[in-house]
Amino acid sequence: MSLHTIKQLADQLAAGKVSSVELCQDYLARIERLNPTLNAFVTVDRDKTLAEAASADALRASGQAGPLTGVPIAHKDIFCTEGWLTTCGSMMLSNFVSPYDAHVIQQFKVAGMPSLGKTNMDEFAMGSSNETSFFGPVKNPWDLARVPGGSSGGSAACVAARMAPAATGTDTGGSIRQPAALTGITGLKPTYGVVSRYGMIAFASSLDQGGPMAQTAEDCGLLLNVMAGFDERDSTSLQREKEDYTRELTQTPATKPLAGLKIGLPREFFGEGLTGDTAKAVEEAIAQYRKLGAETVEVGLPNSRLSVAAYYVLAPAEASSNLSRFDGVRYGYRTPEYTDLLDMYEKSRAEGFGSEVKRRILIGTYVLSHGYYDAYYIQAQKLRRLIANDFSEAFKQCDVILGPTAPTTAFRLGEKSDDPVQMYLSDIYTIAVNLAGLPGMSLPCGFDSGGLPIGLQLIGNYFGEARMLNVAHQYQRATDWHARAPAL
Amino acid sequence: MSLSIDDVKRIAHLARIRISEAEAAQTQTQLNGIFGLIEEMQGADTAGIEPMAHAQDLSQRLRPDVAMEPDRREAYQAVAPQTENGLYLVPKVIE
Repeated sequence: MSLHTIKQLADQLAAGKVSSVELCQDYLARIERLNPTLNAFVTVDRDKTLAEAASADALRASGQAGPLTGVPIAHKDIFCTEGWLTTCGSMMLSNFVSPYDAHVIQQFKVAGMPSLGKTNMDEFAMGSSNETSFFGPVKNPWDLARVPGGSSGGSAACVAARMAPAATGTDTGGSIRQPAALTGITGLKPTYGVVSRYGMIAFASSLDQGGPMAQTAEDCGLLLNVMAGFDERDSTSLQREKEDYTRELTQTPATKPLAGLKIGLPREFFGEGLTGDTAKAVEEAIAQYRKLGAETVEVGLPNSRLSVAAYYVLAPAEASSNLSRFDGVRYGYRTPEYTDLLDMYEKSRAEGFGSEVKRRILIGTYVLSHGYYDAYYIQAQKLRRLIANDFSEAFKQCDVILGPTAPTTAFRLGEKSDDPVQMYLSDIYTIAVNLAGLPGMSLPCGFDSGGLPIGLQLIGNYFGEARMLNVAHQYQRATDWHARAPAL
Repeated sequence: MSLSIDDVKRIAHLARIRISEAEAAQTQTQLNGIFGLIEEMQGADTAGIEPMAHAQDLSQRLRPDVAMEPDRREAYQAVAPQTENGLYLVPKVIE
């Protein structure tokens, strides 16, 4: 069962060939076997999962099942989940049992999808390797000496290792797409505002966006149908009509399915920094797209080279503000010994946060401080506009943009952990998409000479998820990179 | 530009994070590396460009000024480090 996609599992559940309880038992057994090695899950609660599965089976028996009722899913530990430990990968929240559900969690409960547990992540989603978690690093299922990418590394690893058929993730600068690329799965970051951020622990509010991680683009579409939708509790949630994100998948002719599609290739994404195997795999994917009928055009994103710099001003600035709520007063960790209120704040935050989180809070505090605000924060916001304008210009010439997801395949544990600048450059191809608020996804497109997966990135125009998913789906119909799983 | 040890300590105080001498020295090196990366953007010509604060150019949505959340004080206070009689306890601020 564990090799099946969500679509296949849903069909089997609908045909009565398997129950949700049986499915969850299978996945829980696999988690029990593999998690001590991979460390992909922070919390597993067998009784809760099986109770939710039994409810899903009852819902189906009563004739009220939806398309995904009974299919289990894992959740990144950044989503508040009522009655479950919700740690955000931090000591600060290591004792936090959430008293409420995030909007995304509620949506999956309404859809009748049992939770397999909470997945490990970089602390407060700050990281590109999953090494900053308070609960230790996650291992890449393709090579246990390597990172799975971050910050949704636990979600990525658990899907890659088939410990869950799908998982939720969040993407602030590439945290769904980069780990999807490094573990050989498919991950989607929707247009900013399509998925509610209510109950998703905030890192950088103008950039954070939740999305699905699964084996295929089709599965990501089915999951986005559950996750997306207006939520009045998130003031940035967009009021849009419900749409079926899988609608384009079945309306495509069998031959030359992408005829008429224009794919933009940004010259800046094919420059230095791209290693041989990654460049080759992406070139082969482009050739495959031409066979499917698509045309390619060269586009320019001249300001994208500044996206990492702008991001490392804007994201820490927002983080320093968002993380001020962790002060040891209302929830989370409080230092055991203190003399006065200031001492309590300073010690609780010094002991509760890890070094990467503290580093980003300090950067944010500095760039927002008097005398530096215009030079850093406002300048970064202006660059953000230039970067977004570049995309608007590019989308006048093409329907979707294609490039690599990450400059390298999975790197070794510890290889970049002492060099924050090198670590930050892992997201060089993904960050601009968050600054502009566009949808983007990563899908597997090959392996390097060491057998590590390579990711292909697609970037859509605003609200272009359905089109982008079809562009990915047609590639996955023609190739089998997404169907390969590590031997575990 | 580069940050001095005193700058690092001042920022840490503003951020309400206790920092030791050793941490301040290590942090200084790392922050200066990161600011080296950030400095790249100073060369970009942004004259006349409107800052973009958010991914969507939309005005804030308004709602009727009525309470929507139910009272869940007990559930929320159950996860607090220290409470008493429905209040959060912190060290005395005024003697």
